[in-house]
Amino acid sequence: MPHRTFFWFILPTALAMILFIGLPIVSSFFQSLHIENEQVLMEVENCDPFGCTTNVRVDVEATEKIEAENPLGRFNGFGTYTDRNHLAFDEIREAWDNTSSIGEFKDIVLNLPFYKALLFTLTFCFAVTPPVIVLGFIVALSVNTLAKSLKGLIVFGTILPMIVTPLIGSLVLFWMIDSQGIIGASIQILFDDPNLSLKASSNLTWITLIIYGIWHNTPFAFVVFYAALQTVPQDPLEAAYIDGATRFERVRFIVIPHLYPVATFIMLICLMDNFRVFEPIIGFSAEGVAQSLSWMIYQDLRNENKMLFGSAGATSMLTILGIAFLLTPVLIRTWKEFKTER
Amino acid sequence: MNQTINKYSKQIIIVNSIFILFWLTISIFPFIWTLWGSFKVKADFFSRADWTYALSGFNTLIETGATTTFRAYLESWTEGEFGRATMNTMIVTVSVVSISLFLGTLGAYALSRSTFKYTFYILIIALIFRAMPHITLVSGYLFPFFQLNIWGILPTTIIVLVAINQPFTLWLLYSFFKTVPKELDESALIDGCSYFQAFRYIIMPVMWPGVVTAGLFSMMLAYNDFTVTALLLNQHNYTMVPKINAYLGTVEYGGNYMWAVSSVVSATAPLFMIIWFFQRQLISGLTAGAVKG
Repeated sequence: MPHRTFFWFILPTALAMILFIGLPIVSSFFQSLHIENEQVLMEVENCDPFGCTTNVRVDVEATEKIEAENPLGRFNGFGTYTDRNHLAFDEIREAWDNTSSIGEFKDIVLNLPFYKALLFTLTFCFAVTPPVIVLGFIVALSVNTLAKSLKGLIVFGTILPMIVTPLIGSLVLFWMIDSQGIIGASIQILFDDPNLSLKASSNLTWITLIIYGIWHNTPFAFVVFYAALQTVPQDPLEAAYIDGATRFERVRFIVIPHLYPVATFIMLICLMDNFRVFEPIIGFSAEGVAQSLSWMIYQDLRNENKMLFGSAGATSMLTILGIAFLLTPVLIRTWKEFKTER
Repeated sequence: MNQTINKYSKQIIIVNSIFILFWLTISIFPFIWTLWGSFKVKADFFSRADWTYALSGFNTLIETGATTTFRAYLESWTEGEFGRATMNTMIVTVSVVSISLFLGTLGAYALSRSTFKYTFYILIIALIFRAMPHITLVSGYLFPFFQLNIWGILPTTIIVLVAINQPFTLWLLYSFFKTVPKELDESALIDGCSYFQAFRYIIMPVMWPGVVTAGLFSMMLAYNDFTVTALLLNQHNYTMVPKINAYLGTVEYGGNYMWAVSSVVSATAPLFMIIWFFQRQLISGLTAGAVKG
């Protein structure tokens, strides 16, 4: 296809992507270099019969003027990145100097907002992915043995948790697990502890969120494994059968090795998708004990008084760095596939 | 031969059936429970005293005079303006699907037919864009959108969702067009068609299986989106998902839980029906390429 024709074909989609994916990233970066304007203060003298007092007040007019001139705020360089709510270099240095043991130091660092969120995000990613792969594989194996007439219906039932949006999925589970819901109430009766609830401890909340993550992601692993199972070559299976291999041995030594590449693919996609975990936190109303990086950005943008564009931008940039880190293996894989295709 | 290999012993069949039943319970029961509960009053579905009230409808009987009630649906659709949200979702979904398929088929066709090296880089960039968390993009949108005064309205959100959707659509349709034999449109080119004519008369009639799959994923993205719609639309223009969230938390609706429960049912039912019909396309799309929606 000549360059000119190609250009016209690709132009609309390229324009959409550049304008609404490329530019926002740049715009986010610029925002992160700025910080909200300072309010202009002025001294006002109040005189009443008992004498005069001077008060410091916000000069609304002057503040608005600055706001209109510099809507983005004032330039702050990389200041936002290193402040307390992000990488918190000063706080970490101070903690390093003033603490005697590693444990103590760890406690302080993991209580800083950014590191707290990072810890949850990573825990969620790495706790959800392995069970998803194992469970997805088992479900795929067992659906694969069913009679054909049943498969359609059961595949449909299996993929439901994946189809609904995370917010709705987590709400549906939350309403059951909540202390007034069916599962939550039953657990309270089972353990005979009326105060036992999801919100009782941060560990329980984290576990619930992780269980939700597994519930939501397993269907995807199932679908990919299920499709891959159809491509397992029959000849080695027959040969193994003739040689007297049991069913388990055939799965272990022929099917699983065949599915390795698929498993790595699922793992990478799962890690990448779960790194953005955000909606379940809102669905489970778990903001108090579990914050993720994406949730931090949402919170900055939802700020009651004023949207904190600088702070949101800085967290966004750091999140993108994290994604880039996770994305590298996927890119290398795609690169290689392309090279072999040509 | 195949028959003997695939013959299962009784134990395997039993264990397998139990496992499948167990698994289906986990994946389906929450939805059935929510559907059931949406016809009860709050005191039953979120029962402090006894969860069996949710089954028997104890308080529902007291409050409304019957064990099932449509009260939550009626209220959320009238007072809660859920009908408006449904309308908005329909506008957004239909627009996003049609626009992104239009842009996507053109782009993906070109990518699949060009032999130059830049196609590869375009696809790699699309893959990188695909991995960007939506919330980081939204944080980039808000400021310029406020400045341009286009925040809060549906067209902005539609365009944004189309753009966010493009990388995946491109990849999916690219791998689909790769399976359409080149000879088809090449013969048309030799006969004197332009590329646009070849696309219009030769490719378009055969591209529908791929388009349906890509459309399904665009639909799911637009229909399900929360991040973009919650932050880029004003309350008045909310689509269904942010509306449900609003029922739970905001002052305006006073945390009206049953509205949220019934709205969840109203929002998921059509989605499940569509997926029931297009299940095969959904699965082929998930397994088609190196990306996922």
